[in-house]
Amino acid sequence: MDLNYSAQETAFRDEVRAFLRDNLPAEVSRKVIEHRHLKREDYMRWQDILAARGWLGGHWPKEFGGQGWNHVQAHIFDEETALAGAPRVVPFGVNMVAPVIMAFGSQQQKDTWLTGIRTNKHWWCQGYSEPGAGSDLASLKTRAELSADGTHYVINGQKTWTTMAHYADMMFCLVRTTNEKRKQEGISFLLIDMKTPGITVRPFLTLDEEHSLNDVFFDNVRVPVGNRVGEEGKGWTYAKYLLGFERTVVAALGFSKRELGTLKRIAASEMRGGRPLAEDARFSAKIALAEIELMALDMTVMRVLSSRGKAPGPEASILKIKGTELQQTITELMMEAVGPYAVPFVPEAIDGNDDGAGPAHAAPLAATYFNWRKVTIFGGSNEIQRNIISKAVLGL
Amino acid sequence: MDLSFNDDQKQLQDALAKYIERDYGFERRRAYQGTAEGFSREVWAQFAEMGLLSLPFAESDGGLGGGAAEMLVVMTAIGNALMVEPYLATVVLAGGAIARAGSGAQKAELLGGIAEGKLIAAAAFEEPGARFNLAHVATTAKKAGAEYVLSGSKAVVLHGGQADRLVVSARTSGNVADEKGISLFVVDRKARGVSVRDYRTIDGLRAADISLDGVHVPAGALLGAEGAAFEVIDAVADAGVAALCAEAVGVMESLNRQTLEYIKGRQQFGVPIGSFQVLQHRAVDMFIHAEQSKSMAYLAAIKAPVVENSAGPSVGEAASVKERRRSVSAAKVHIGNSGRVVAQDAIQMHGGMGMTNELAAAHYAKRLTMIDFVLGDSAHHLSRFEAA
Ligand SMILES: Cc1cc2nc3c(=O)[nH]c(=O)nc-3n(C[C@H](O)[C@H](O)[C@H](O)COP(=O)(O)OP(=O)(O)OC[C@H]3O[C@@H](n4cnc5c(N)ncnc54)[C@H](O)[C@@H]3O)c2cc1C
Repeated sequence: MDLNYSAQETAFRDEVRAFLRDNLPAEVSRKVIEHRHLKREDYMRWQDILAARGWLGGHWPKEFGGQGWNHVQAHIFDEETALAGAPRVVPFGVNMVAPVIMAFGSQQQKDTWLTGIRTNKHWWCQGYSEPGAGSDLASLKTRAELSADGTHYVINGQKTWTTMAHYADMMFCLVRTTNEKRKQEGISFLLIDMKTPGITVRPFLTLDEEHSLNDVFFDNVRVPVGNRVGEEGKGWTYAKYLLGFERTVVAALGFSKRELGTLKRIAASEMRGGRPLAEDARFSAKIALAEIELMALDMTVMRVLSSRGKAPGPEASILKIKGTELQQTITELMMEAVGPYAVPFVPEAIDGNDDGAGPAHAAPLAATYFNWRKVTIFGGSNEIQRNIISKAVLGL
Repeated sequence: MDLSFNDDQKQLQDALAKYIERDYGFERRRAYQGTAEGFSREVWAQFAEMGLLSLPFAESDGGLGGGAAEMLVVMTAIGNALMVEPYLATVVLAGGAIARAGSGAQKAELLGGIAEGKLIAAAAFEEPGARFNLAHVATTAKKAGAEYVLSGSKAVVLHGGQADRLVVSARTSGNVADEKGISLFVVDRKARGVSVRDYRTIDGLRAADISLDGVHVPAGALLGAEGAAFEVIDAVADAGVAALCAEAVGVMESLNRQTLEYIKGRQQFGVPIGSFQVLQHRAVDMFIHAEQSKSMAYLAAIKAPVVENSAGPSVGEAASVKERRRSVSAAKVHIGNSGRVVAQDAIQMHGGMGMTNELAAAHYAKRLTMIDFVLGDSAHHLSRFEAA
């Protein structure tokens, strides 16, 4: 057994670090580290830089224009970029729809869409959930009917919770093409141009008054049959295939390591009873416990990485559960760290355009805490992840 | 021993429930919150009419002589409807301080104004960097002839920007964290040298950071004896904590009701999600949290009245002060922890819906969480409990 990275892996890590040092714009990483709201331009700016280096989709196979990074390299890249305060790469294109297109798409789809993603030309969103279909995704109702001449699907229905649909050029979407079969078998996987007539994007705010979510309505939206990925009725299989690609990303190790560092900095600058909060025995014990959780998660990720080659299994559920719980613990401790200054809510300060009330680091912390309740809900809620382990591993 | 409400108290409870039912639905609350002042003057006038604004004060001070039960009833109702009016700031904190320390003339003017709904008042006790320690007072009040001159900063003053008068703690002698040497002053919010940074709070209320830059007040603005205000502040803050505990219970009960209704109605996999045992047990735990919180809120209300009545312990008695601090801090710790958990689970069980600003439950969850950060968080009160 050897916990150390190999010489090549270390060299790769150093290369990533050097690249980040030279190319990650300081204004952007500052926003990330200080929990300010990011705008579309911030994501685009960083993804353009990655694309220029060929690292947007660096973990893609070489035949699709990627660098062919292995699991360990992909992990190193994810962790280092997060630690440095780079914006999270918007996952819908690079990490979600791309693997499906690679595995099941037509040559033309590969040529058009993979190139568009790799070069940061197209922003994608994920059209899965519906008002009546969340955890029970297979019960989705959005209808796609073949036009009389067989050239188009005509879509009617509604998607919801669609993250950043208001920025998106394209949506990958699960639709029902037949009601006759088992509910999983009537689902197809479509690629939809968001500018198609009949699509309405209606924004709504999350509880922290941020706009990232939208309802998306389809009113006789015509989508060329050529935009269906793979076979009609196999959409469910493709969607499940996609889930396997989340593997270690869901642990969000780099994110939690960075945030733990931020927590420690905040605790060192806040005072309690005339001493830094970081020296308060009870608070420092809470930080230590979070750090120990992080170490366990880190080692679990390492074990998963070292067993690469095995099909992604229920370990992804362990990483999702523990990774998200840890993120929430850290956001909670950051809010606690600022005491009374958790209370003021000055949205302009979260955007970085106002000093807010109290220390500058305090302004976004309660909003971030509330926003971060989402991570145990989306991507398969933690209850659903526990059901998976219960069934698939424990045989219950 | 009797922990039940008498007929008058039940009547008050019913009247408030009816009032909320008729006039304080969640959409109303949202509208009130969105106004320039962040609350409704009309509701405030109705509070006055119902007698709520003089409820805890002694009859000799023009009040209704309400005690623990009355405050539990009112604050729980405020929590039930997630009311945004400045009851805690004006009646419990500022009013409590005036009632405890004020002269006859001060009480007649100020409590009279509060009772009629004409005067909004707020308590400016906390300071930047004090982290809930109310003896940490760096603001100074220097005597200059027949006046005092106040200078310093106050932090996160609840409804400070809407108040006509501020009850300000300031140091007339001693060092920054001394309990001795602190005095209370009634300051006009519009007085020269007072600047107010008013902002929203994450849970839908208003607060302000206030700076006092050489503010001249007459000697008559001094509330109580010079240099001896800490005991008053401590007792008033405890009454405030007791009120917050009762409010938290109201929030929790409403939130639990909403969550229960949601999981009974929301269908996934062809069944109500409330049929999944993992959610059932969580709902049960939330219910138990609410019951235990209610018990602690009762304890706090009994031990920490807004004003002392003849039957209760008086401020000066060391044993009863210790008892009050222990009980109130215990309640705040308990409810802080329960509130955090109940809010988290309520959001989680609503799934994506729980994340939306449109949903009432999300706002209940925010208030329930943030109550922990007002007048001392769990960490603060745990230390205070140990020290008491
Ligand atoms: C911030 C955010 C961003 C999102 N972005 C997107 C996006 O871009 N695209 C997209 O398609 N979707 C997106 N979603 C939707 C997300 O995938 C769903 O919210 C999630 O699948 C849960 O579904 P639901 O909200 O309908 O909750 P429900 O499925 O109704 O669940 C409610 C509660 O019941 C529990 N529950 C459900 N079934 C079971 C069971 N069998 N056993 C035990 N407990 C159960 C859940 O865990 C949860 O606690 C997003 C959601 C959020 C909050």
